[in-house]
Amino acid sequence: MSALLDIKDVVVRFAVRGGVFSSAGSIDAVSGVSLSIEEGKTYGIVGESGSGKTTLARAVAGLHHASEGSILYRGQELRDLPEAQFRKLRREIVMMFQDPIGSLSPRLSVKSLITEPFRIQGMKGRDLDAEARRLLAMVGLPPEFATRYPYQISGGQARRVGVARALALDPKLLIADEPTAGLDVSIQGEMLNLLARLQDELGLAIMIITHNLNVVRHITDRVGIMYLGKLVEEGETDTVFSAPRHPYTLALLAANPEPDPDAQLMRIELQGEPPSILNRPKGCEFHTRCPFAQARCSTEVPLWQIAGRAAHRCHFPASWEQDKACPA
Amino acid sequence: MTVLDIQGLSVSYGTPRGELRALRDVSLSVPERKIVGIVGESGCGKSTLISAIIRLMAPNARVRSGTVRFNGQDLLALPEARMRGLRGTEISMVFQDPMQTHNPVLTVGRQMIDIQYRDKRSKADKLKRAAEMLALVGIPDARARLNQYPFEFSGGMRQRIAIAMALMARPSLLIADEPTTALDATLEVQIIKRLRELQDEIGCSILFISHHLGVIAELCDEVVVMYAGEVVEAGSVRDVFHHPAHPYTRALLECDPGHIKEKTRNLPTIPGNIPDLVSLPGGCIFADRCPQRHDACTEHPVMSEASAGHRAACHLIKAGAPA
Repeated sequence: MSALLDIKDVVVRFAVRGGVFSSAGSIDAVSGVSLSIEEGKTYGIVGESGSGKTTLARAVAGLHHASEGSILYRGQELRDLPEAQFRKLRREIVMMFQDPIGSLSPRLSVKSLITEPFRIQGMKGRDLDAEARRLLAMVGLPPEFATRYPYQISGGQARRVGVARALALDPKLLIADEPTAGLDVSIQGEMLNLLARLQDELGLAIMIITHNLNVVRHITDRVGIMYLGKLVEEGETDTVFSAPRHPYTLALLAANPEPDPDAQLMRIELQGEPPSILNRPKGCEFHTRCPFAQARCSTEVPLWQIAGRAAHRCHFPASWEQDKACPA
Repeated sequence: MTVLDIQGLSVSYGTPRGELRALRDVSLSVPERKIVGIVGESGCGKSTLISAIIRLMAPNARVRSGTVRFNGQDLLALPEARMRGLRGTEISMVFQDPMQTHNPVLTVGRQMIDIQYRDKRSKADKLKRAAEMLALVGIPDARARLNQYPFEFSGGMRQRIAIAMALMARPSLLIADEPTTALDATLEVQIIKRLRELQDEIGCSILFISHHLGVIAELCDEVVVMYAGEVVEAGSVRDVFHHPAHPYTRALLECDPGHIKEKTRNLPTIPGNIPDLVSLPGGCIFADRCPQRHDACTEHPVMSEASAGHRAACHLIKAGAPA
């Protein structure tokens, strides 16, 4: 199957204004990321604060300019696409923003909010009441929500309104930035179940941005783990979860304490804090925090290695029994 | 010896819609040198509880009944001047957002000297202590970093500084309100480990508030589960997490994605919403969301013992139903 979205070596560069003591320069918030998302599949991008995951998503949605590389959507190059032409594509590529209440205008009713895409895209002659009812039903909200305002709904309901609004124009690709952040555990599942259901029903491709590995584990087909603007590991979700190779992936998996006081902890502890992207470490960029780093890691940049159903960037990847059959 | 002992605490807020009963008959205690976790979702009353303990309540809040005893004295009856003397020395606090706890225009060193204003020591001594505390929470090159401003530290570092400041006076009780929620997962585990070591070294008790079950399981000795303003279950972490006696605790544990080992596209949830605290339903507070609801639930259950030291407010316990 051909890829719906094909990202190759994308760099998103921001200019840094020089201060009194420092000279002006630039930083690469996203530094050479390649991945592809197939039609109707879910892709999870996982990383901690400052790893560039949101910047990457915004570049795909045309909200940031990619300085290098290419972003192909159905074979069409999105990089440097004039805004007027990008606008038409926003029917097909939609983004759901992180802050559920903040991303809804407080002065518009839910009906106006979820039917606003029709007005923006100049789609006249539609029965907006009927569309509002259809969209609310799709995300599991009762029709009377149409007359409510954002301050009258809960965080979880606001997320659903965000989903309804994103789906109004029947898109092909939904970019969901932290769809469960700030939700209680008892309703986190509702949101993820809703996304999974809509994907099955509408054949939607979804790109989920999150810092929580548990979120992507159940509903994505592929995942990419980002660190300092680069992918350190990517592959089929099951493979990455059952046999993670990169030490950062291992640490992320281990950093999720289980609700069991007697759980056997196989904890990979990272040292220190993430370095600044203004001052990227030499060699492997993860070596300053890596518990397995050796001399070679601080001088030589590890190459992107494809091993079976996943790929990683590490000199000394973890090895797992099942990999012995197919040498990396 | 009990450091903090709360009995029958009820707190309400005056709202235009009527009285909002945020806490109802809450009892819990924090023994000496123990870490007690409070777990609950939005609206369960965690924040109201903390503000009642340190008596920094919103103007429209009112304590309807109950006592909050700290080392034997009732905090709710203490004159404001005495209460102020306790805050920051005997009881200290770490807040949720490390980005906003510090004064942005003063150096970290200056802020750490300022909070020692009660001490008669010289400035050099105070600075030395500040550097010692920073080193203790794992900030390398502490002496030099005292001259830096908060914006020069990352989120994880700032939360460590907040912890260092809270523990500077060697309090007997530290209240930590979701101290790791704003941090990344790999930093969260670092902070939790450090908190545990410091508690051991300083010998204080900690009241640790979180909605993250995994963190509670890892850090705490005892856990109190709250729902919609009431304590629904309390006991040792092992008892509560391995043999949850209240249907809400069970549901909460099932929903935790860290608990679900098998890949599924249909994650468990708790259907329904928390009840309106202005017009409370009668009977069990969890009844309308409870899968095990039965006739007895129209009556409000009292806390009863599921096993030694493990209590829950559910009618099923008395009925002898298996937990």
